[in-house]
Amino acid sequence: MSDTTSLIFGRLGWDALPFWSMLTDHSWLSIINGVIATGAAGMVVLGALAAVILVTWLGKWRYLWSEWLTSPDHKKIGIMFIVIALVMLARAIVEAVFMRAQQAVGLDSGFLTAEHFGQLFTTHGTIMVFFMAMPFLTGIINYVMPLQIGARDLSFPVLNQVSLGLTAAGAALVMISLVLAPFSIGGWTGYPPFTELARNPGAGVDYWIWAVTLSTLSSTLTGVNFAVTIFKKRAPGMTLMRMPLFTWTALCTAILMIFGMPPLTVATGLLALDRYLDFHMFTTDLGGNMMNYVNLFWAFGHPEVYILILPPFGIFSEVFATFSGKRIYGYKILVIATMCIAVLSFTVWLHHFFTMGQSAHINAAFGIATMLIGIPTGVKVYDWMLTMYRGRIRLSVPMVYAIGFIMLFVLGGMTGIILATPSVDYQVHNSLFLVAHFHNMLIPGLLFGMLSATNFWFPKATGFRLEERWGYRAAFCWIIGFMLAFFPLYVLGMMGMPRRSVAYFEPQYVPWMIVAGIGALAILCALLCLLIQLWVSIRDRHTNNVFAGDPWDGRTLEWSTASPPPEYNFPVIPEVHSLDAFMTEKEGGRAWRVPDHYGDIEMPANSVMGVVIGLTSLAMAFGLVWYMWWLVIAAGVITLAAIVGRGFVRHTHRIISADEVRTTHERWLERLRQTAPIDRSREQSTDNHGRAMPPVEGAVQ
Amino acid sequence: MSQRPLALPRPQARHPGLNLGADHAHEADSREEMVFGFWVFMMSDLIIFGLLMATYVTMLGGTAGGPGPKALFELKSVLIQTMLLLVSSATFGMASIALKYQEKRRLVMWLLITLALGFAFLFFELRDFHTMFEKGGVPSRSGYLSAFFSLVPLHGLHVAGASVWLVALLGQMAVHGLDAPVKTGILRLGILWHFLDIVWIGIFSLVYLGGLS
Amino acid sequence: MSASGVEQDSAAQRAQKKAREQRSYLWGFGLALVLTLIPFAMLAFTAVERMTLWLTIGACALIQVVVHLRFFLHITLDRSKREDLLLILFTVLILIILCGGTLWILFDLYQRMLPDMMP
Repeated sequence: MSDTTSLIFGRLGWDALPFWSMLTDHSWLSIINGVIATGAAGMVVLGALAAVILVTWLGKWRYLWSEWLTSPDHKKIGIMFIVIALVMLARAIVEAVFMRAQQAVGLDSGFLTAEHFGQLFTTHGTIMVFFMAMPFLTGIINYVMPLQIGARDLSFPVLNQVSLGLTAAGAALVMISLVLAPFSIGGWTGYPPFTELARNPGAGVDYWIWAVTLSTLSSTLTGVNFAVTIFKKRAPGMTLMRMPLFTWTALCTAILMIFGMPPLTVATGLLALDRYLDFHMFTTDLGGNMMNYVNLFWAFGHPEVYILILPPFGIFSEVFATFSGKRIYGYKILVIATMCIAVLSFTVWLHHFFTMGQSAHINAAFGIATMLIGIPTGVKVYDWMLTMYRGRIRLSVPMVYAIGFIMLFVLGGMTGIILATPSVDYQVHNSLFLVAHFHNMLIPGLLFGMLSATNFWFPKATGFRLEERWGYRAAFCWIIGFMLAFFPLYVLGMMGMPRRSVAYFEPQYVPWMIVAGIGALAILCALLCLLIQLWVSIRDRHTNNVFAGDPWDGRTLEWSTASPPPEYNFPVIPEVHSLDAFMTEKEGGRAWRVPDHYGDIEMPANSVMGVVIGLTSLAMAFGLVWYMWWLVIAAGVITLAAIVGRGFVRHTHRIISADEVRTTHERWLERLRQTAPIDRSREQSTDNHGRAMPPVEGAVQ
Repeated sequence: MSQRPLALPRPQARHPGLNLGADHAHEADSREEMVFGFWVFMMSDLIIFGLLMATYVTMLGGTAGGPGPKALFELKSVLIQTMLLLVSSATFGMASIALKYQEKRRLVMWLLITLALGFAFLFFELRDFHTMFEKGGVPSRSGYLSAFFSLVPLHGLHVAGASVWLVALLGQMAVHGLDAPVKTGILRLGILWHFLDIVWIGIFSLVYLGGLS
Repeated sequence: MSASGVEQDSAAQRAQKKAREQRSYLWGFGLALVLTLIPFAMLAFTAVERMTLWLTIGACALIQVVVHLRFFLHITLDRSKREDLLLILFTVLILIILCGGTLWILFDLYQRMLPDMMP
C-alpha cells in the first residue's frame, strides 16, 4: 500500500471485505463461511439502500428530518430507541440461530470456522446487551416515564437526542463491521490479554471497544437525564411514594446507570490505551495485570444486570395490577425491595470470577451477598402473585408474558442461587450451565418484560392496539422456544460442555444440541410472529383505534391523555392526590374534566445536536478502528465546535399557544364523550376505543 | 381522599454551589435542574476517578524494574500545582459572588484570573510530564507508569476542558451579555472547577505525597 | 422578583451579605491552605514514621475535601441541601464498596499468586 492510500484509508484494505478470503482460499469451509458473511453484509447494504429508497419514494425526507431526527420530543426519541433495539434484536436472533445450527451439527466439525463462530458469539452478546436491551429499556422509560409523572418532557431533551445519537452510532458501527470485517472474537466481555494488540492485532477488538464505549457514554447521559427528570419534574402532589412502580424502577435503573457505567468506561478506556498508546495496564509483560480488567469489567457488569432487570420488574408490576383489576399488592415493600436490589447490586461483582484465584473467604463474602439479592426478588414475586390473588385476571398478551416471566424467572433465579455457591461455581463455571442461567434471567426477565411493555403501551404510543391473535402466537413461541433452546443447555453444562465451543467430540451432546437448535427455530418463529403482528396491526389500525387513550382501564397518569398523546403530553399539568392517580380520578368521577384555564406551553425547539454528535462520534470511532487519523481529528474538531456552538444558541424553545392547546384538547374531549365506554370483557374487540366503563359496584379494587 | 394543598411555593432554586438568590429567581426552575443534573454527572465522573485511583494503587508494584515514584516526582513542582489550583478555586468563588451581585466587570476579571491560573497549572503539569519522560518515565515502560498516566493526565484533560468551556462562556457573555444561560453555565463550570480541585486533593495526597513518602 | 415570595434586600443588607459570603470563601481558602501545607511540610521537613505520615496525609485530605464541599460547593447540613448531601453520601458509599472491594480482591490475589506485585 502506498503512503497516500494508507494516509487516507489507514489500515483499511480490500481484505476487509467479507468475500475476500473466499477468493484466495477455495476450501469448502472457506467458501461456506464467505457466502454466509457476504450474505450478512449484503443484508446490511441492501437494508440501508432499501430504507433510503423507501423514504425517497415516499418523499418523506423532510418529514423524517423535522418530525423525527431533530425532534427533542421524548416520545419520538423513545420510539427511535425501540426501533434500533428491534433491528438489532432481529440480527442477534439470526446469529443465535446460526450458532445453534453450528452446534447441532458440531460433532467434530460443523460448517462454521472458529473465527466466524467467535465473531458470532461476540456480536450476539454485545448486541443483545448494549444495542438491544439497553436501547429497548431506554426507549420504553423514555416514552412512559415522563407521562407517568405528569411531565411534558425530560429535563434535558437535547441531551436525550445526543444519547440517542451515541447509541445509534454504536449500533451502526457494529453493523458496518459486517461489511468491513472483522468484528472482535473476544466475547462480549473482551478479556485481555486475548484482546491485547499482541494477540489480536486486527480491527475486530477496536470495533468492539468503540461500539461499547459509545453505548456506555449514551447510557451514562441517559441515566443522568432520567434521574434528574424524576427528581425535579414530577407533577404537583406526586410525592416519591405516589410514583408508579415503573417510575420507581426507572429511577433505580437511572441511578445504576450513573454509577455502574463508569467502571466499564474505565475498563474499555484502559484497554484502548493499551492498544493504541502502548500502555501496559492489562498486558502479560512489564508489570501489566489483566486481573484488573476482569475486576473493573464486572464492577460494571453486575449493576448492568440489574439495569436490565429492574425496568421489567416495574413493567410487570404495572401489568399485573392493570390486568388483575387491582391495586398492586405491597407497594411500599416493592419500592423498598427495588432499592435494596439497586444497592446490593454493587456488592456482588466478584461472583463473575469466583475462580480467578482469590481466597475462599472473599468468595464466601460475595457468594453470601449474591444470595441476599434473592430475598428482595423473592418478595417481589410474592407481591405479584398476591396482586393476582382474587383479582379479575384478564389473560391479555402482556399478561401472558408476565406469567411466563414469573414461572421461568423463578427457575432461573434458583440456578442463580446454585451458581452463587463458590464450590458449585468451580464445577460449572464457563460451561453451558452458566449460559443457560443468564439466558434464563434475560429472556424471561428482560425480553419478556420489553415485549410485555410493547404490547401494553403500544396503543398509547400509536393510537391503535397491537393485534392479539398474533401477539399470543408470538408469546407462546417465545415461551416454548426459550424452554426448548435453553433447558438442554443446563444438562449440557452439567455434562461438562464449555461455553463458546465451535465444535465438540462427545456424541452424547448431540441430541441435546438438536433440541436446543429446534428451540432456536421456535424463537425465530416468535420473531416472525412479532413482525406479522406489527404488520397486521398497522393494516387494521382504523378498527383497532383507541384514540380515547385508556384501552386497558389503566391506573396511572399516562392513560389519562389522548392516544397518541399530544407533543406536550398534558394540556394542563395534572395534580396528583394518590397512588394510581388516574384510577382515583376515574373512581371519583373526576376524570376527563374540562380544565378551567389553559396556559401557553413552552416546549423545546428542534435541534440538530443529536444527529451531529451521532455522525461525528460514528466517524471518530470508525477512524479509530481503521487508523484513519485525519478522520478522527476532523470529527473531533467538529464535535467540539458543535458543543461550543450550541452554547451560543438562544432560541431553544418555542411556544404553543393556549388557544391551540384548548382547541385540540376540547376536540378530543368531545370525541371521547361520544365514545361508548366498554367493560373489560370487550377489551380485545373492535368496540374498544380506549374508554373504560367505571368499575362495577363492589368489585375488588 | 383528603385534598391536601399542592404545589408548595419554592422560594428559590436549590442546588450545589453558590445559589444566586432572589434577584435571579425568574430563571430559577430550569437552573435548578441544569445545575443538579451537572452535579449528578460529576458524581458519575467521580466514580471514574475513584476507580482509576484504586487501580493505580493495585499497580504500584508493577514497576517492572523501571523508575518508581521517588525517582520521578518532584515535591516542589507538585506544591506549585496544588497552590495554583487551590487559588483558582478561591478566585472562581470570587467570580461566583460577582455573578450573584451582578458585577459584570469584576466577574470577567475574576474569571480571567481563574483561567490564567488554570493555564499555569497545565503548564507546570506538562513540564512535570516532560521531566518524567526525560527520566525514562514513559507509560510504555511499565504497568505502574501506565496507571499513573491513565490517572493524572485525565485530571489535566478535565482542567483543559474546563478552560475551553470558560473561554466559550466568556465568548457567550460578549455576544449575549449576562443572560440566563450564561449564568447557568458559570454556575455549572464553578461546580466542575471546585470538583476538579477535590479530585486533585486525592491525586496529590495519594499519588505524589504517598509516592514520595 | 416578588413572585417568588422573597423580598428584595436593601442595599446595606446586600453589602453585608456579600461581605459575609466573601469571608466564607476566604475561610475555606485559609483552611484548605493549612490542610495542604501540613502534609507537604511533614513530608519535606520531618522524619516521622511512615504510618504516621500516611495517616496524617489521609486525614488532612479527608478534612480538606469536607472543607471544599462546605465552603466552595456550599453543601451543608441544611434541610434544603439534603438531596445533594444524600447524593454525595451515596456516591461515597459506592466508592467505598468499589474501591475497597478492588483493593481487597487484588491484594489478596497478589498475596496468593503474584508476590512481585505487592508494593
